[in-house]
Amino acid sequence: MKLELSQVSRWYGNVVAVNDVTMTIGPGVTGLLGPNGAGKSTLLHMMAGFLGPSGGSVTLDGTKVWKNHRIYRNIGLVPEREGVYGFLTGWQFVLSAAKLHGLSDPISAAQKALATVEMEGPKDRRVETYSKGMRQRVKVAAALVHDPEVLLLDEPFNGMDPRQRMHLMDLIRAMGTAGKTILFSSHILEEVERVAQHIEVLVAGRHAASGDFRQIRRLMTDRPHLFRIKSSDDRKLAAALIVDASSGGVTLGPDGLEVQAVEFRRFAWLLPRVARAEGINLHQVSPVDEDLESVFSYLINRST
Amino acid sequence: MNTVVAGITYRALLGRRRILLLLLLPLALIGLAVLLRLTGGADQRSAILLMQNFAIATMLPLLGLIAGTGVIAPEIDDGTIIHLMSKPISRPVIAQTKFLVAASMLAVFAAVPTYFAAWLLVRNEDGIAFGFALGSLLGGIAYAALFLLLGVLTRHAVTIGVIYALIWEGMVGSFVKGAQNFSIQQWAQAIADQISTSAFIDQTAVTIGWAIPAIVIVTVGAVVWAGLRLRAFSLTGDE
Repeated sequence: MKLELSQVSRWYGNVVAVNDVTMTIGPGVTGLLGPNGAGKSTLLHMMAGFLGPSGGSVTLDGTKVWKNHRIYRNIGLVPEREGVYGFLTGWQFVLSAAKLHGLSDPISAAQKALATVEMEGPKDRRVETYSKGMRQRVKVAAALVHDPEVLLLDEPFNGMDPRQRMHLMDLIRAMGTAGKTILFSSHILEEVERVAQHIEVLVAGRHAASGDFRQIRRLMTDRPHLFRIKSSDDRKLAAALIVDASSGGVTLGPDGLEVQAVEFRRFAWLLPRVARAEGINLHQVSPVDEDLESVFSYLINRST
Repeated sequence: MNTVVAGITYRALLGRRRILLLLLLPLALIGLAVLLRLTGGADQRSAILLMQNFAIATMLPLLGLIAGTGVIAPEIDDGTIIHLMSKPISRPVIAQTKFLVAASMLAVFAAVPTYFAAWLLVRNEDGIAFGFALGSLLGGIAYAALFLLLGVLTRHAVTIGVIYALIWEGMVGSFVKGAQNFSIQQWAQAIADQISTSAFIDQTAVTIGWAIPAIVIVTVGAVVWAGLRLRAFSLTGDE
């Protein structure tokens, strides 16, 4: 199933939380990435039918999401806030979800969902006695109980220990591989990188980038890149590179050169030619900032 | 009516300390009735005073507030309501179910103790016990709907509810006669007055011909409105 956002905006009074976002979330795992306050939760709430857009539309396979309770047959939602009745046991909580969905066999559905998140052991304890990670997992179980085509998770890894986090990541990946449409929000780059095939970046309420990590990266080849270069003659290469406008700065260190390339395309074109012309052998050319963190901070700086 | 929603709501209401609050007032009412009986004050006049001033004017609005807001406001506050609302159940059905739970609470914790307390004092004389119990039941239904709506509309439902019950019904109502037309408490009194034939009940300011339609309109209107508001329920992010 496809979630489609078309020119979606949401404002509160004078404050614009989400600004003219258009995106399509299809099968597979999509990570909604952005710093705190970027409008991720606002956007996710609109996708989940818990917030009306001020402008634009959110549809699930062509059906409007807002004020339409039927969408929950196909959507599972794991909200960020607790949202779990402390006085129910894990089992009662998940079973109630199965019954609220009107499933024909709620008991086996609840058993299966609890097994999926490995919560069969503590299922008869009250939720209020659970750790944060356990609560998170029963929430996931409750959201999965009707085997939805679309799963929306708001900051799902918050408060989980590393083992639980790995487990949930595996689960999300497996569901994505099975063709479900999954979207999760996160402000932690490493999480998104590890789980999502597709990334949507939201910065200051705007849709800053879209694609897989490499595509996003390619979209932004204009940004300054930092390269570490080792060669047969670093000093000579440094001198030859700094002459050209594509290099913004060159640092000569014991481990080789660090070159700040301000024009990525030209620099990539230039470097081998300069080396050949000067008779220098390139031993190593490696990007220093080829991680999501640097892409991200670049995007933040660009849009503010 | 959804039984799963009702079950969770009952557990939320009765499982916590709120049940002590719900029990406190009816126990006080029955305690007062027992005291009057023991001290030889069990006559129609004191029975009616107790019913009017405590059962209807004090206990009913307070219990209405506890049950009416209690079935939904805490869930909205802590976000647990999402569990119910992220399911393929129409939001008006959730509102109706919550209302029925609140109304049933008032029947058990207000109307039944009212009947019992009056019965302790005067048995079934002149329809006093039945009249006040029915007034309490119907008034309780209206309170449940009104305070449920308040719980959906605002996070300050309890404050506004207390102001309505104390200031409007209690104070303004006793000075400004017209205000009594818009007082659930007066509607409940009017029903008791209508049913009981006791000479000790003063003529109420509101007629039964006004009270019954008013209760129906307020109850239906509040439940429908609450359902519509829930349809557009918005989660506002912390960001």
